[in-house]
Amino acid sequence: MIEIKDIYKSFGDNEVLKGISGKFKPGVTNLIIGGSGSGKTTLLKCMIGLHQPEKGTVEYDDREFTTMNFEERIQIRKEIGMLFQGSALFDSMTVEENIMFPLNMFTEQSRKEKLERVNFCLERVNLEGKNKLFPAELSGGMKKRVGIARAIAMNPKYLFVDEPNSGLDPKTSIVIDELIKELTEEYNTTTIVVTHDMNSVMGIGDYIIFLHEGKKFWEGSNKEIAHTDVQELNDFVFASRFMKAAKGKF
Amino acid sequence: MNFTNFGRYLLLLKAVFRRPEKFKIYLQAIFKQMDFIGVGSLGLIAIISTFIGAVMTLQIAFQLVSDFIPKTIIGSVNRDSTILELSPTISAIVLAGKIGSAISSEIGTMRVSEQIDALEIMGINSPGYLILPKIIAGITMVPLLVIVSMFLSITGGYLGGTLSGAITPADYMQGITTDFNPYTITVSLVKAFVFGFIITSVPAYEGFYVKGGALEVAQASTRAVVVSCISILACDYIVTQLLL
Repeated sequence: MIEIKDIYKSFGDNEVLKGISGKFKPGVTNLIIGGSGSGKTTLLKCMIGLHQPEKGTVEYDDREFTTMNFEERIQIRKEIGMLFQGSALFDSMTVEENIMFPLNMFTEQSRKEKLERVNFCLERVNLEGKNKLFPAELSGGMKKRVGIARAIAMNPKYLFVDEPNSGLDPKTSIVIDELIKELTEEYNTTTIVVTHDMNSVMGIGDYIIFLHEGKKFWEGSNKEIAHTDVQELNDFVFASRFMKAAKGKF
Repeated sequence: MNFTNFGRYLLLLKAVFRRPEKFKIYLQAIFKQMDFIGVGSLGLIAIISTFIGAVMTLQIAFQLVSDFIPKTIIGSVNRDSTILELSPTISAIVLAGKIGSAISSEIGTMRVSEQIDALEIMGINSPGYLILPKIIAGITMVPLLVIVSMFLSITGGYLGGTLSGAITPADYMQGITTDFNPYTITVSLVKAFVFGFIITSVPAYEGFYVKGGALEVAQASTRAVVVSCISILACDYIVTQLLL
């Protein structure tokens, strides 16, 4: 479980996060949602240590991450898998080398064992046989799937996903969402997805935190999200014509 | 580089020299960078050095038109200028342009495309993994390139001087072998070592802290070359002052 307590973060005079708290449980898909500029990605980066919050704590299974030194953080980070918005695959490496990279760095497995693990991960994201392709040769959806394969290569306890559907068509988005949900349940990972995509929210949102202007306005599940009286959340959820038309059907 | 940047540069270097996660992986990266910096720059350094040596001989011959000065002086002046200044400094400035911009844009692109963040999330010391192999390759390969440059520059001087008739082969050979002080080679290699460090670490710093997109990466690349060149000239003066 990951618990965040009273997180504050500013950039200059711009206060981006204003006291966010929440508990993210394992085995369920946790979503952080909100409009552009609401602080979702900043919160995610505070949780994984890419930003240092001014105030507040992040705990990974009761291990306080924010006060850890460099070496202690590395131990936690070995338990983290992350899919970045732009996939962040290493351009100079093939798909196989990208997925094998963390195995090369942190395990003493033989090449055969590592290759077996790579092939298993690729099979898991339906990309069998794409080992020798370079990131430049992949479509956006394939890059995301390779990113997921790399993220799960080390059997992470915690999986972070930043905007998994950005730049993808609706069909591919659903495939990615379902894959994230399957992996979360299969490996009992604590998965946190940052998104503003309502398809994802309704499809995989087991536990949702809604941020607005740097504050947590609401938390709950996808079954409850359409029936709240929080005005800011309703404005967000029913912003699209499709959601407006379907409002009474949830 | 203002003081804030210099401080951040030193902090980055501290992170670069942390203990590597796995020596084998770093060793592979070092060999790859040695190939890129050393072997990849050999042709360019060879062409530049040969021509500079040839031109230097012609210009010295043009200036020393006196019956009181023996022609062998042309070879001696060319040798000492080449070893002490031209080979290390010109090679370093050329390499700052070729390698410095490549290092800065490579690391800068990795920064803006979140590849560096990905390394850090995996628990890898990204400054160490990305920059240390480049610095080690720089401080080993630049001195080797400078040795090649010295040899080719002096050879270029021989070819340019004899083919143009500015000096006879015998006078040139006598000039380059008379009163040779091997200490000049030591000074030159110390310079090359320092320049190799600057050529790799300064562009790496510029690339590592890029914020923004393609435009900022390009700006960082330009800044890397400019700052490297100025640092090379400043260190050239300091090393010369200290060692001669």
